[in-house]
Amino acid sequence: MSFYTEPAFFILLIPIVGFAAYLGVSEKRIAPFGLLVSFVMLGLLFSGQAASALFLIAFLVMTLVLGQLCLSRFQNWGKDSPQALMLYRIALGLQLAPIVIYKVGVVFNPSFLGFIGISYISFKAIQVLIEIRDGLIDILSPIEHLYYLIFFPVFTSGPILRSRAFMSDIAQALPREQYLDRLYRGLGWFVLGALYTFVGSPLASWFMWFVPETLNGLPALAFCTKVLGYGLDLFFDFAGYSDMAMGLGLTLGIDVPRNFRAPFVALDIKDFWDRWHMSLSTWLRDFVFMRFSAFALSKKLFSSRNTTASIGFMINMVLMGAWHGITPDYLVYGLYHGVGLALTNWIQKNWKFYKTHRHDTWFKVCEWLVCMVFVFFGFALFGGFVVTPILGLS
Amino acid sequence: MDKSQLLERVIELVVDITGEDEVGEELDIDLFEEEILDSMAAIELLLAIEDAFGVSIAPTELEREEMNTINKIVARIAERL
Repeated sequence: MSFYTEPAFFILLIPIVGFAAYLGVSEKRIAPFGLLVSFVMLGLLFSGQAASALFLIAFLVMTLVLGQLCLSRFQNWGKDSPQALMLYRIALGLQLAPIVIYKVGVVFNPSFLGFIGISYISFKAIQVLIEIRDGLIDILSPIEHLYYLIFFPVFTSGPILRSRAFMSDIAQALPREQYLDRLYRGLGWFVLGALYTFVGSPLASWFMWFVPETLNGLPALAFCTKVLGYGLDLFFDFAGYSDMAMGLGLTLGIDVPRNFRAPFVALDIKDFWDRWHMSLSTWLRDFVFMRFSAFALSKKLFSSRNTTASIGFMINMVLMGAWHGITPDYLVYGLYHGVGLALTNWIQKNWKFYKTHRHDTWFKVCEWLVCMVFVFFGFALFGGFVVTPILGLS
Repeated sequence: MDKSQLLERVIELVVDITGEDEVGEELDIDLFEEEILDSMAAIELLLAIEDAFGVSIAPTELEREEMNTINKIVARIAERL
C-alpha cells in the first residue's frame, strides 16, 4: 500500500484519526497509539518488499544504537574530549553511509537496494546525532527516538520534523483546548492538501500536456507553457502532499512544520527558499550552511564573508540537487540555485540602487518578475527539459 | 559585567558584523525582518559572542524568534553567563 495515493490508505485514516481524536479530547497521551499505528502502517507500506524492510530494520537498529552510544559516551568522556569527537565522526559517517551509498548506487544500477523514505529518515537521524553533539539533546529514550524516526504521516516524503519539538509534543498529553486547536487545523490542512493534490495537480498537468500541443509553430511559447504547467504541477502535487501530511500529523498531536508558504509571491531567491520545501531548506540552512560557514569563518578559509557565504550557498544547493539524485539535471539545478542565492546575497549587500529602491512598488514588481522567471527556469532544469536534451541523454 | 555594559558590547558586535550603525537605537526591532541579520550574519554573531563572552550557542539551539532583537540577544547571553 502506498501512502496518500490509494483509497485504502485514506479509508484506514478514518479509524486512526477517530481514535486519536478520542484520546486527544480525553486528554490522554496519543503517542503510544501513534507508535503502534506507525508500525502497522509501515508494515503495510513495506508488504511484499522483504529486502527493503530488512534494510529499514537494520537502519533503525544502527541509528538507535549510535544515538544511545553517543549519549552515554559523551556524558562519560565530556563531549569535547578527543574520544568523543572521534566517536561522533565515526557515528556521523555510519549514519550518512546508507543514503550516500544508495544515491551513488542507483546511478549505476537503478534497482539498487534502498527503501522508501530513506532520504527523510536520514535527515532526521543525522539531525539527532548533531544535536546530541551540540549538547541540545541529553536524554532520549530509544522508544521516543524510534517513534520520531518512523512517525508514519511524514515517513515517505517529509516534512522533516525537528527532533526537540517532536519530543516535547509527545512528552505529555496536550490540554484539551490545545489538542482541539490542532485537530481542527489538522483537518483543515488535510482537506486543502487533498484539493491541491487531486484537483490542482491534475489541472496543472493537463495544462502542461494539452496546451503546448495546440501551439504548433511557436516552440518558445510551447516550452514556456509546458514549464509553467510543470512548475504548478510540482507545487500542487508536493504542497498538497505536504499539507495532508501536516494535517494528519496535527490530528495525532504533533505540530508538523509547514512545508510551503505561498512560494509564488516570493520577491527574490532567498525569499523563495524561505517558502518552498521549507523543512528541507531550513534543515540545510541549519545543518549544512551555518555549520560550514562557522567552520570556514573560524578557520579563516576565505578572505571575505561574502566569499564564505557564496561558497556556503553553492555547497548547500549542490548538495540539495545531489540529494534529489546524482544526475546532470539535478546537479545543474542545485548549482543554478546556489549561484542564484550567492548573486542575490551579493546584490542585496553591495548594490546601492537595491538598498535605496527596495521598498518601492515598481521595484518590487520587477524583482518579483525576475524571481519568477528564475524559479520557473529552475523547474525546467529540475524537470529535465533543458540539460538532458542538450546532452542528448534522452 | 552589568546589563548596560553587556548591551553596549552586543550593539558593538552587531554593528561590526552588519555595518548598520542604527541598530542601537531600536532595541526591539526584528533584525531578520529588517534584513539586518541573515543566516550568515547570525553565524558570525554566534562566533563573536563566543569570543567576547565565552558563551557558546549552537546554531540550532535557539529559534529565530528567540534571538531576533538586540534585547533578546542580550537576554540569551545573560542567561548563560
